[in-house]
Amino acid sequence: MSRAITAGLLNVVLGLIFLMVAAALLTWIERRLLGFLQDRPGPNRVGPSGVLQVAADGIKLLFKQDWIPPFADPGIFVLAPAISMVTVMLAIAVIPATPVVGIIGNLNVGLLFFLAMSGLGVYSAVLAGWSSNNKYSLLGGMRAAAQMVSYEVFMGLALVGVVMLAGSFNLTTIVHNQLRLWYVVPQFIGFVIFFIGGVAETHRLPFDLPEGESELGAGFHTEYSGMKFGMFFVAEYIGILLVSAMTTVLFLGGWYGPFLPPFVWFGLKTGFFVCFFILLRAALPRPRYDQFMAFGWKLLLPLTLLNILITGALMLGLPAPT
Amino acid sequence: MLSAVDSIPQTPAEQFLLRDLHQRFGPIAITVQKTADDIPTFWVDRDTAHDVLQHLRRGAERPFRVLYDLTAVDERLRAHRDGLPPADFTVVYHLMSFERNEDLRIKVALQERALELPSAAKIWPNANWYEREVWDLFGITFTGHPNLRRILTPPTWTGHPLRKDHAARATEMGAYVLTEDRELAEQEALRFNPEEWGMQRHSETADFMFLNLGPNHPSVHGVFRIILQLEGEEIIDAVPEIGFHHRAAEKMGERQTWHTYIPYTDRIDYLGGVMNNFPYVMAVEKLAGIDVPPRAQTIRIMLAELFRMASHLVFYGTMSQDVGQLSPVFYMFADRERVFHIIEAICGFRMHPAWFRIGGVAADLPQGWDKMIRDYLDYQPKRLDEYQKLVMQNRIFKARTVGVGAYTLEEAYDWGVTGPGLRACGLAWDFRKQRPYSGYDQFDFEIPTCQNGDCYDRVVVHIEEMRQSLRIIRQCLENMPPGPIRSSHRHATPPLRDNTMRDIETLITHFLGVSWGPVLPPGEAMVSIEATKGINGYYLTADGDSQSYRTRIRTPSFPHLQMIPLISRGAYVADLIAILGSIDFVMADVDR
Repeated sequence: MSRAITAGLLNVVLGLIFLMVAAALLTWIERRLLGFLQDRPGPNRVGPSGVLQVAADGIKLLFKQDWIPPFADPGIFVLAPAISMVTVMLAIAVIPATPVVGIIGNLNVGLLFFLAMSGLGVYSAVLAGWSSNNKYSLLGGMRAAAQMVSYEVFMGLALVGVVMLAGSFNLTTIVHNQLRLWYVVPQFIGFVIFFIGGVAETHRLPFDLPEGESELGAGFHTEYSGMKFGMFFVAEYIGILLVSAMTTVLFLGGWYGPFLPPFVWFGLKTGFFVCFFILLRAALPRPRYDQFMAFGWKLLLPLTLLNILITGALMLGLPAPT
Repeated sequence: MLSAVDSIPQTPAEQFLLRDLHQRFGPIAITVQKTADDIPTFWVDRDTAHDVLQHLRRGAERPFRVLYDLTAVDERLRAHRDGLPPADFTVVYHLMSFERNEDLRIKVALQERALELPSAAKIWPNANWYEREVWDLFGITFTGHPNLRRILTPPTWTGHPLRKDHAARATEMGAYVLTEDRELAEQEALRFNPEEWGMQRHSETADFMFLNLGPNHPSVHGVFRIILQLEGEEIIDAVPEIGFHHRAAEKMGERQTWHTYIPYTDRIDYLGGVMNNFPYVMAVEKLAGIDVPPRAQTIRIMLAELFRMASHLVFYGTMSQDVGQLSPVFYMFADRERVFHIIEAICGFRMHPAWFRIGGVAADLPQGWDKMIRDYLDYQPKRLDEYQKLVMQNRIFKARTVGVGAYTLEEAYDWGVTGPGLRACGLAWDFRKQRPYSGYDQFDFEIPTCQNGDCYDRVVVHIEEMRQSLRIIRQCLENMPPGPIRSSHRHATPPLRDNTMRDIETLITHFLGVSWGPVLPPGEAMVSIEATKGINGYYLTADGDSQSYRTRIRTPSFPHLQMIPLISRGAYVADLIAILGSIDFVMADVDR
């Protein structure tokens, strides 16, 4: 009994450490890759190829004064970055990297838990925007609320097709069901919409309207500095990992692949989407707030509903595979 | 030099205008002034001025639709004013007609005891800021002005800096001490009060939010403050506030010699480099009567077009960055670096070479300049094609800019818009074509135009202008004339040294020309050019001295910013950022 608890705790702690290191490395990968895409070196001074830049940045953020603006609502102001960090970390816990590697990869409501956690994540941006008591933060928070709540809907609906095909909310089961055919083929529309929704949920360029650097300064986290800002920052990168890993698990057959060990396949597929996130950021401008909402409600919503309809019709019409 | 109406022969343009005015107003007193720039200059009485202006704008045949510039001169210390009406201060209206392709200068003499004129803001909307500027810097009141308050100096300033009795430098003013009380008072003075601008705080259904955008916001391109009246994210109204970058460049012109003022001009539109030297040295050359040799003229054009490339590349990159595209700005700045590489090889400096001289340029082209330019000309067009796909054909970029921030040609006239912003409305009006200077008439290039006058079209015009600039630079490369690079005129500065070591007279003249600077004959001249952002002009008044009596810098960005409220009402905050990017302004150019 106690050995099981120890093993479980060890799993969680190791998982967390791995996650933090991965997120930190991701900031460096992003900056180097952006540099490559933009004809410039990127950070290349600290450590081999600049990889220790991550440590330098971390130390800087940690040692900054822990500052709460006098006009802010202190309790909520501190709570908001914690929420963003906690929700993404809880959500990523349900992802099975392989049948044996993962924190609670075999949770039978894994998919619902993921959606619930990313739903809660909205609060971080809204509360940060509200409690900062700054007009730019408020505008950012408003945008965040509308954007994230809306795209939550499309993201959830896009997954209905997958759940219908797999007949389960258990992510491990969903991967098992993709042994012969990845869901990206029958659920292509769902795949695209889920990924778009994922970019919107992590509010990354081109859908970084809640931050909107050129419009709102830094949007909902304008007033944040030091480690509280650092938590938003880390949460954003874990969010990227989360959406990439989720897309891999749901649509790209998770750990399945020839020759290489399962964990490597999972890592490669996730890495592909991470790089795609970065490429998106390098390539696209930001749509306007109303255009982005219209795109969601007028185009994505009908498409997801149509996708569910067709999937259902085909499942009823075609003989079930044995 | 200067004489009254009867004694000088009049040009056909002057006769035509005089006849028209006399027909309309009967025998009113009009004094015609002869100026070095040959722009018809009429002195009109204070009482009739407003009606005359109204007539010229609306009543006259082919009217003067554009108030190109409005400024004033403190005449109290001016020595050479023979034949001019007595005046302590003069208000100068510079009108422009694109249809006639003519200018007209209307001057109104004012006495110190009655420094008052009716406002022209109802005739030309852009007179609003110009009159605020004149009030701020000269203390001349414009009756009927909607909101006559300081614009360039801080609201707590005392005195009117461009008056001759105002201190010209800080050392004349006593030590400046910033106490805590004073700091608080200055901050409090900047607090925005909507009622002062006739704005409501609430509508029937909503409370408005007043958002202070700037002066240190990432997208306002410098120190520029706009106060937005918002309902949600929709802009109800906006108040642009300028002056944070004011350096009294015009006042400094009254202290520097004709020659030593050149580096100050570089820093007016700080992206334009020698483009700023251009109108200044040409105005000085007009006053002195200097003809510039062809080689110097061609070198000037080549460098001006290189700077147009550099400036437009910055515009292109920052514009795409303002709508959220991260990468293009890096590519375009790298291209600009190539331009600077050439400019540095020729001038020795990158951004502010101050390389034009009165009567020519500072030095001849270095060996190997042609290869550098040829390489660049082969490189850049391909990159522009690539950016076309990256930025202009991007659907999100189009969605953000097409139909946003549009104004009509009529509005462009009203607000004094020039340059790419005017050509985006469909008027093919370019100073280089319509009034060629420095030999632009010998070049083969086109004036790109668009029809809609929105943000997207302004970008399109900028990009096409870059391609035309490359054409002009190639023609300079292939047809660079031989010969001297500076005029042998005695006022050319620094003077040529060919004979200085042969006879003492030439040596003395040279010594004076270098140490003292040239003494120009009294007169007035304004020269304008097609600068990077619109028409830039220098209006110089010489009073027989080694420095200018009054230096007026007419910059394109100043009126462009004034129309921001007009084109941003009803738009979203994000649209305003796109609008700001598409206007292509530099705050140093606005505030001077």
